[in-house]
Amino acid sequence: MKAPFKYLLALLVALLTACSDRPWNSPYLATSAGKNILYSAFAERPKHLDPVQSYSSNEILLTAQIYEPPLQYHYLKRPYTLIPGTAARMPVAQYLDKNGANLPSDVDTAKIAYTIYEISIKPGIRFQPHPAFARGDLGKFLYHNLTAEDLVGVYKLSDFSRTDTRELTAEDYVYEIKRLAHPRLHSPILGLMSDYIVGLKEYSATLRAASEVQPKQQDNNAYLDLRDYPLEGAQVVDTYTYRIKIKGKYPQFMYWLAMPFFSPIPWEAERFYTQQGLAEKNITLDWYPVGTGPYMLTENDPNRVMILEKNPNFHGESYPSEGMPMDEQTGLLQDAGKPLPFIDQVIFSRDKESIPRWNKFLQGYYDASGIGSDSFDQAVQMTGQGEATVTEAMKAQGIRLETAVATSTYYMGFNMLDPVVGGLSEPSRKLRQAISIAVDYEEYVSIFANGRGIPAQGPIAPGIAGHRDGRDGINPVVYDWLQERPQRKSIAVAKALLAEAGYPNGMDAKTGVPLVLYFDVTSRGADDKSSLDWMRKQFQKLNIQLVVRSTDYNRFQDKIRKGNAQIFEWGWNADYPDPENFLFLLSGAERKVDNDGQNASNYDNQDYNQLFEQMKNMEDSPERQQIIDRMVNILRNDAPWLWGYHPKDYGLYHAWYSNVKPNKLSNNNIKYYRIDGSLREQKQREWNEPVLWPAVVGLLVLLGSLVPAMVAYRRRERTMGTREASKSVGVSEAGDA
Amino acid sequence: MLNYIIRRILYAIPILVGVNLITFTLFFVVNTPDDMARMQLGIKRVTPEAIEKWKHERGYDKPLMLNDSEEGSGKFTHTIFFEKSVAMFAFDFGRADDGRDIAHEIKSRMLPSLAIALPVFLLGLIVYITFALVMAFFRATYVDFWGVVLCVALMSISSLFYIIGGQFLISKLWHLVPISGYSSGLDAGKFLVLPVIIGIISGAGASTRWYRTIFLEEMSKDYVRTARAKGLPESIVLFRHVLRNAMIPILTGAVVVIPLLFLGSLIAESFFGIPGLGSYTIDAISSQDFAVVRAMVFLGSLLYIVGLILTDISYTLVDPRIRLE
Repeated sequence: MKAPFKYLLALLVALLTACSDRPWNSPYLATSAGKNILYSAFAERPKHLDPVQSYSSNEILLTAQIYEPPLQYHYLKRPYTLIPGTAARMPVAQYLDKNGANLPSDVDTAKIAYTIYEISIKPGIRFQPHPAFARGDLGKFLYHNLTAEDLVGVYKLSDFSRTDTRELTAEDYVYEIKRLAHPRLHSPILGLMSDYIVGLKEYSATLRAASEVQPKQQDNNAYLDLRDYPLEGAQVVDTYTYRIKIKGKYPQFMYWLAMPFFSPIPWEAERFYTQQGLAEKNITLDWYPVGTGPYMLTENDPNRVMILEKNPNFHGESYPSEGMPMDEQTGLLQDAGKPLPFIDQVIFSRDKESIPRWNKFLQGYYDASGIGSDSFDQAVQMTGQGEATVTEAMKAQGIRLETAVATSTYYMGFNMLDPVVGGLSEPSRKLRQAISIAVDYEEYVSIFANGRGIPAQGPIAPGIAGHRDGRDGINPVVYDWLQERPQRKSIAVAKALLAEAGYPNGMDAKTGVPLVLYFDVTSRGADDKSSLDWMRKQFQKLNIQLVVRSTDYNRFQDKIRKGNAQIFEWGWNADYPDPENFLFLLSGAERKVDNDGQNASNYDNQDYNQLFEQMKNMEDSPERQQIIDRMVNILRNDAPWLWGYHPKDYGLYHAWYSNVKPNKLSNNNIKYYRIDGSLREQKQREWNEPVLWPAVVGLLVLLGSLVPAMVAYRRRERTMGTREASKSVGVSEAGDA
Repeated sequence: MLNYIIRRILYAIPILVGVNLITFTLFFVVNTPDDMARMQLGIKRVTPEAIEKWKHERGYDKPLMLNDSEEGSGKFTHTIFFEKSVAMFAFDFGRADDGRDIAHEIKSRMLPSLAIALPVFLLGLIVYITFALVMAFFRATYVDFWGVVLCVALMSISSLFYIIGGQFLISKLWHLVPISGYSSGLDAGKFLVLPVIIGIISGAGASTRWYRTIFLEEMSKDYVRTARAKGLPESIVLFRHVLRNAMIPILTGAVVVIPLLFLGSLIAESFFGIPGLGSYTIDAISSQDFAVVRAMVFLGSLLYIVGLILTDISYTLVDPRIRLE
């Protein structure tokens, strides 16, 4: 066949494919129509998919479906409850004294030198198919000694023709714990875990020394077999049992066991990926995970698309058969007891911009969407009772709204080292309290967050143990309880406090100079000008002049680290549902300045610190709640933060997307979701009928304009010809003359 | 000509060194290696040790440009600037801060960038020349007047408006093509239609006006008058004489951008989800990835220099009077 015909045929095939019964504007292949696929989008490419390094939510969204830590959160129960993941049962903390003798569970915390968590995993769990496990006829690993020749034609993991699997063992979990200290990896929790896991700090130094004497590979990526280096704090007991030994008592450690940091990694995978030549092709463990979870990453092109497919070796799990009372009514228990996962494939497409993402959701090409401020009014309306619901247009499309209060807090902090707003003296305390009253966060949430938030009464987010609702939970410094709801105190109260602080009507009583405060923010666009103006107005209520000091994010962080900011905004997302994870943000030991911790306000109150030390290792109990109440009261009185608000997450879901219950701490939720592919297919066709008349009209206009153009062209040619001819005649005649 | 090309290539070296120096200085005026480390490691639970380790592994723990702790040439060679620059001049772009191989990324992203840039360039050239010829043909008439008005209007509108407007109209309202996305092979066609149309429209104003000016200038020359005086039809005059002679500035203007087509478009790629080099550069800037930013600026400068050399060569090809010496 001649080349032009070949290309013509190919073009025709492409056009015919495009003219299939799929909508023309579908961004997916025709072959995926009606399939049990979840379509989602991601804006930012994940940096790390190695569970030892990944910490961002966009990374954990993927790793949590692939890797299985020993524990997980119950999907439906609230408050958040830990249940076994791959563990056969929930581990029980076993306390030891400094001599290694067992202690009873109710022993005084001070006597506990070590805690042992012995974790037994379920037998028969197998890893996903992976070339790292593939063996030849003689039982040798096929791909553990790759040469440059072997790698010719290999560009991605699927280019390896053979794969295999093996059973998950306790060794794989211990291997991952050791990897926290790997000298070539950067685990964000190494510092924290070194304080708890026995010997991890020293282990880090041991591995560093071992790495330095290793023969160097060209890409400095030689394999370090961690099985050769024992770690006291993580040991294998038998094939299915391992033991973690931590210093003292740390009940929150159980929550860490539900995070991907404690997932199993097979040594074979690390051995495979550290071979020379693979890293150059971006084939690394950081990019191609190897897990036992319900899904495996089969396509990893973070510039375009990432695809999760059902892991054929998944050990099986059932949909929960119990939840909250409302779950039965909302249909969340309809699939109780059915095997997971329901969805065969998850396609994450990269869409960096919010406008195309939103439009594709409306066209039915994404199954769920968040709501940007631009599209909020189009998507959400408030009922007379102040409840958020979808607009009529959304309702007509069958779109529903799910909301959940995030386990997060956005606050405005005072630098407690600052001579004006900082310190624990009575005047500075009253100054902060006055500002706390003046800055109306109810209004802020209403204007700038479209009502998506709950004004905070303290640092602990709702849904977390230690948080109190209702009258008991209000901040009495800022609110009164009136008409069964908190009412912000009047500005007169704030002014009185300001006067007591030494600034009557916003003037320094000693010098008569107006009070000027500085608000340090990261550089923002024009869109944020209104919120900064609003903030100035809040301070203006007290006649305080607020100067906004805008800087880039790096400089801003630098100011916070060095304690050079005066007032700033910050936020925190909880790692786990324990009050300790919020209250530590104001512990003296966590001060940014000096200790480089997470306490950006550099707040340091001895009473609070003592209570924190007492509370942090306690199990949830009425006694613990009492201590938390005392701590929160100290904070409210000292007011190192304006408590800001706890954001509410709004999510929109199409009618074909079910079993969705927002769970802000658990990330391995995709296995519970269900998609009705045929309904989606039908709706997509209905919503995306091609509108051809504009193209036809455009074509007709173009063709129509050609007729006068041709007439004009011919007339002009004739005219110009005549003109040129007459000019020529004229010239000729003149010449003759 | 060979001597000329060699000379131009040698001139390119100090230019590239200068560009590299400026990029380095500008980048490190606003970022410190600590900032880069924090950007990669995140802000949650990052210890000073982790930052030091990150910097050490990537060679960012050295002084920027002058190492006082070294003797002799070591003062200059044991610095971030020297170590990073030398490797780059050997076309070893190294790894991005997230550990990915930059050369591999560039190779894999070049094709998607070209998939948009090449059709926009070629089809755009045809469309702009056609419209410019029509306007030149109907010069000093309403067609010409309103054509110029339309060009000025098209020039005055931001390319972002064309993108958002195009997506709204063609994809969202009329459902004719996908709003965004990309696929390899023949499937890429439906994703490329919209960005290519928008790319052509957004460049139409400036280019058509420029080409019109070239045509009008050419049409005022003596040889055109002679051709008309000889009684040649206007179409022959336009297409055989004016167009051919006007192609010299058009082609030379076009040749200079050909190498830059590989670098793609910063905005269009982001909005249309095209995984090209334009969106790669934008990602690198927002994540403060110096290795990628430096590599892309270096590549851009290099391709621009190549474009200029090709332009010079193309002069000699289209105009026999020009000789490169």
